[in-house]
Amino acid sequence: MATFAIRRALWLLVVLFAISVLVFLIFFATPGVDPARQMAGRNPSPETIKNIKHEFGLDRPLPVRYGLLMKHMFISRDLISYGSHTRVIPEVLSATPVTLSLVFGAAVIWVVFSILTGVAAAVFRGTVIDPILMILALIGISVPVFWLGEVVNLVTQSRLHNFFLFSWVPPLGYTPLTQDPLMWFEQLIFPWLTLSVLYIGFYARVLRANLIETENEDYIRTARAKGLSERRVLLRHTLRTSMITFVSLFGLDFGILVGGGALLTEVVFGLPGVGLLTYNSLTALDLPVIMTTVIYGAFFITLANALVDLLYAWLDPRVRPA
Amino acid sequence: MAEPLLEVKDLKVSFRTEDGLVRAVDGISFTVDEGEVVGIVGESGSGKSVTMMSVMRLITDPNVLYQGEIIYKGRNLMGLSRDAMREVRGEEIAMIFQDPMTSLNPVYNVGWQIEEQLNEHNDLTKGQARRRAIELLAQVGIPRPEQRIDDYPHQFSGGMRQRVMIALALSCNPDLLIADEPTTALDVTIQAQILELIKNLKRDFGSAVALITHDLGVVADIADRILVMYAGRIVEEGDKEQIFYDPQHPYTWGLLGSIARLDRPRTRRLTAIAGQPPSLINRPRGCSFRPRCPQAFDRCSVEDPALTSKVGDGHLDACHLSVDDKRARRDATINPELAESA
Repeated sequence: MATFAIRRALWLLVVLFAISVLVFLIFFATPGVDPARQMAGRNPSPETIKNIKHEFGLDRPLPVRYGLLMKHMFISRDLISYGSHTRVIPEVLSATPVTLSLVFGAAVIWVVFSILTGVAAAVFRGTVIDPILMILALIGISVPVFWLGEVVNLVTQSRLHNFFLFSWVPPLGYTPLTQDPLMWFEQLIFPWLTLSVLYIGFYARVLRANLIETENEDYIRTARAKGLSERRVLLRHTLRTSMITFVSLFGLDFGILVGGGALLTEVVFGLPGVGLLTYNSLTALDLPVIMTTVIYGAFFITLANALVDLLYAWLDPRVRPA
Repeated sequence: MAEPLLEVKDLKVSFRTEDGLVRAVDGISFTVDEGEVVGIVGESGSGKSVTMMSVMRLITDPNVLYQGEIIYKGRNLMGLSRDAMREVRGEEIAMIFQDPMTSLNPVYNVGWQIEEQLNEHNDLTKGQARRRAIELLAQVGIPRPEQRIDDYPHQFSGGMRQRVMIALALSCNPDLLIADEPTTALDVTIQAQILELIKNLKRDFGSAVALITHDLGVVADIADRILVMYAGRIVEEGDKEQIFYDPQHPYTWGLLGSIARLDRPRTRRLTAIAGQPPSLINRPRGCSFRPRCPQAFDRCSVEDPALTSKVGDGHLDACHLSVDDKRARRDATINPELAESA
């Protein structure tokens, strides 16, 4: 297991290196993009541009520029944003807890509710409950998150805000958990629910399909032949083996969301997370920020995948390294 | 005579399908006595597995319909509640299945799976359950059971997995062991070992065994009594000697004729039973075997033969031919060489 973990860690480094080179080439070696001009502000003199070029090493060969960028990003951590002229690393670091709070909370909700829905649908197959749950799940998948978010805001912040049910809802924004846990929770609960709706629907459907497939396996018949209760057969045998697909999907989705994929939810609910940061840097072509957020995102996606591989090995002994 | 361990009375199992009602088991009755080995023989689709799955009430298809009674130790299993049935399953009646490669849960080690069964029916401490599991693995001939107990099913070969399945089935000392084609997925040398194992364990544990197979050769050695099933019905029933040395039903002749025998010179291809089993939705009028039967005559297409004793001695068959006719004709199917030289 230790060698497995080390191998995954090395693999993580390789992937991050490859992604950083790729992004670097896309943005810095693309013709027509002149970062120096971007940084110099409005109507710069050729002199200023030349100075900036020299200062940022933009007149040096590409490998050197890549090295300089990495040095600024990881060693001296003083990479400067072109747009806001602030340091990029602290900016990303302050956006990270927002995104992590959002995605962790939503993930808990979506895992719990998708398992409940999926299991209920599979158990009540052949009754009216199954199609009702599956239609609800399909609706959850189909509803766009930005629309749902706006509707939620309209209801909780504006139209029904004075109604006793929603009068506790605080204004949009983010309060750190360490500062005021209750406020943190109150401001995040609707973003969590909104973000998790799609995933509850999707995961419930996947899980139901897997449960029904596993139900026909010979070893489930064996479990029944052993005289186990239906409940035990379901929880210890059917559900356990059905979770393998669920977990692989979860790792991917979780990594993508933490890596900036929760952008729409962050925008709608005014959460200053990494998605929002990436979005703003992309519209402004703010290369240092783009570079940093992409590497940040890639880091979480590969990390989540490595964790899923470990979890997968725990769930399915057949893939365990010898 | 003592009461039989298991008595199946006029069992009918059918499945509702879009094409109509499939009568998989169409009114069969038989008994299994304590400590007896009963072989149930028939080709695929003859209803032998469905019969024994019904005894365990393991058919989960919501479209299944049952009729008849299954009396086990004086109780009708058909009338038991789900919970009462769970007490019977695994503890009183255990089952081993055809494909050992897929019958064990791949994500738990074999020790866990045996201990789960033990704990379900007994009050054991963790250590006791584990010791018992090791003991069981040793009894079914798994080498180094103390180490193998922590291995997962995929780390065992097919034959070893079937041994694990047998250990699982025997863990609670069942009175009846149902073996559903336990050797079909195994190669021939392993088949012999597994049959030998079942025979020995039957002796040690004193369980009755219902052995389902499509291969008469498999039951030849270990069965006391044999039921031959065709199209959801029993067509012949008798003890081993009766079935092998005085077979009455042309279907049994066909089965016997299609066994490769090493004790006779073989000069021609094995005889196969021509044709396909009938549809279980629209059963043909008269005898179900008539369309494939070379001996069929007028009466066979009109009247459905009942399972009755014609030879005596508990030897039952469902065929219109007279006993003398059958004795005269059967060698042509079973031993063509002998028939020609006679």
